[in-house]
Amino acid sequence: MVEIKTADELNKKYLRDGMWPTIFCNGCGHGVVLEYTLWALEELGWDMDKVVFASGIGCSSRLPGYINADGLHTTHGRAIAFATGIKAANPELNVIIFTGDGDCAGIGGNHFIHAARRNIDMTVIMINNFIYGMTGGQLAPTAPLGSIATTAPYGNIEPPFDICNLAKALGANYVARWNVSHPYQPIKSIKDALQKKGFSLVEFLAPCPTAYGRRNKLGDIKKLWKWYDDNTILIEDYERIMNYGSEKEKEEIKNMFPIGVFQDIDKPGFFEAYKNLVNKVMKKDSKTPMETKPKVVVRK
Amino acid sequence: MRYVRDPKIIRQVLGNKVQFILGDMACVYGGILAGCSFFAGYPITPASEVAEGAARLFPRIGATYIQMEDELGSIASVIGASWGGAKSMTATSGPGFSLMMENYGYAAMTETPCVIVNVQRTGPSTGQPTLGAQGDMMQCRWGTHGDFQAIALAPSTVQECMDFTIEAFNLAEKYRNPVCVMTDGEMGHLRERIIIPDEKDLKLTNRVSATIDKKKFIPFSGSQTRKSKVPDFPTFGTGYHTYVTGLTHNEKGFPATDKQKDHEKLVKRITEKITDDIDKLTVIEKMNLDDADIVFITYGASARPAETAMEMARAKGKKVGLLRLKIVWPFPEKIVNNLAKQVDKIIVPEMNLGQIYHPIKEAACGLCEVVCAPKTGGEMHLPQELLPYLGVK
Repeated sequence: MVEIKTADELNKKYLRDGMWPTIFCNGCGHGVVLEYTLWALEELGWDMDKVVFASGIGCSSRLPGYINADGLHTTHGRAIAFATGIKAANPELNVIIFTGDGDCAGIGGNHFIHAARRNIDMTVIMINNFIYGMTGGQLAPTAPLGSIATTAPYGNIEPPFDICNLAKALGANYVARWNVSHPYQPIKSIKDALQKKGFSLVEFLAPCPTAYGRRNKLGDIKKLWKWYDDNTILIEDYERIMNYGSEKEKEEIKNMFPIGVFQDIDKPGFFEAYKNLVNKVMKKDSKTPMETKPKVVVRK
Repeated sequence: MRYVRDPKIIRQVLGNKVQFILGDMACVYGGILAGCSFFAGYPITPASEVAEGAARLFPRIGATYIQMEDELGSIASVIGASWGGAKSMTATSGPGFSLMMENYGYAAMTETPCVIVNVQRTGPSTGQPTLGAQGDMMQCRWGTHGDFQAIALAPSTVQECMDFTIEAFNLAEKYRNPVCVMTDGEMGHLRERIIIPDEKDLKLTNRVSATIDKKKFIPFSGSQTRKSKVPDFPTFGTGYHTYVTGLTHNEKGFPATDKQKDHEKLVKRITEKITDDIDKLTVIEKMNLDDADIVFITYGASARPAETAMEMARAKGKKVGLLRLKIVWPFPEKIVNNLAKQVDKIIVPEMNLGQIYHPIKEAACGLCEVVCAPKTGGEMHLPQELLPYLGVK
């Protein structure tokens, strides 16, 4: 049962005094992701003393600053590596990483890949706005083909990174992608991700009206948010059409972004595996008497 | 479950009090004795044996060893572990140390205690991976951008590799700063006898944890509980809800990126907390300085041939002395300046083309001649090679 709190009580519990207003532009998707995450935590009823946020550099990475909890605002791309250490030092802590597409899929790609492969116990919330927003709109590795950016003035020619399918291939325990304009599925999805052992990823497709929408002529804020609704499709529908649909149907959806849960499995997390290893070697040691004399080898 | 240092288990795992081991391994022993419970590393010659030693011993004491994907990740997770409440370390060499520079600065800016063992080699670039050199003495001081104060120790024996790693943890915890153990390929791959100190002789320092009322706690100013420029440490998970950022931050830890005064105050405090204590941080060894008119000033592996050269020259009636810097950074300027007033000539043997030579020359202020005695290419000086600098044939 969720205890009903007033808005004032919720603000007091979850938001950090003295950090407001946010740095975000009008129509930005980041604040919504913060809200969904806090709703998920509220529904879980977790002790905020035991929740730690880590982030790298970029708009998304400013989110931990607004939350009344421990937060480590680190260097560009490295938040996942920092978080690995936090979790190792104190496995009681629930570690959540806010990261962006440039931070996570660009400069931090290697840490992301290996944390997913190791199944490190953490939840990565990647907010994908197709652009380097904070630095003024440079090309991101997730930008769809043809996107205009300050560093791709004639249109992007690089195929974009699909971070969810990457995480899935690496065997991460939980992988999901959502569009920020629908609250209920994402809140449930973040809850599921947080409760997972091992590595979990929730990617959000989030509008950036200032750096992406404006440059790519996607219209005003309202139109831009609608663009995301029009260009996303549930993964179940996407797969069904791709497997069984007509050529015309396939053509219609081939450039859309599948959203939904990509993977939900239960492999042991890294720290569980490590704990088992420690127990094994320490048990062996405890049965071995302590060496007291140096071993002397007599050569004949 | 969080790590708790258990002397009984540590002694069982380390084994005999007297051993004949590698310098790299001695750094692992030092870390374990100091209470380190998190090691993250990436293979690199000649530092790999530190990671291998940690991989072998850390699980046996209940501590965490993890091989990260690169050196950027190693130092990052080491800093994260420190905020999680662990004493933490990594080990690397030249190219890996170069990769760590950004987060080395992050550790200084966020006042995170941690230890980096740098088993130095030469460069630039990949250089000579299997051979020793003192290639990173200046990188350790100036390699990261912006103003900060480095703390670095330079062991000259395998025993010191262990002892200085313990001391590095003590200094890191005391000053809340990253501390480097600047060993080198020669020390790292040298086997020597070590004596493991008894538990009662170990002096271990732990960071001062935040204890005051959470509403009154100020995370990034001087301590609120004692007279110190080093703030008390609000370990993650203890309810202080601290925001830690590498951006210029005010006393509360909130970004103050456009505030000149906040930046100046912060950066002055994080450097002065160390330089104010320069007397305590001047750790040197003096040999035959009283009557000397020529002295070697050196550190690390280079101190060994210099000592022999000094003895050879003394046997021929030359008044030669030696000053060995056990802590190189912060630099003991006053000691060197006083020595420059006393002697005719300072000779600086180093396994590079002259790095610590520069602060020595600066501290000498032209009061005596300062001569660079470089040796590079992965070999130590032979004592005979140093004799001509002393005017001995």
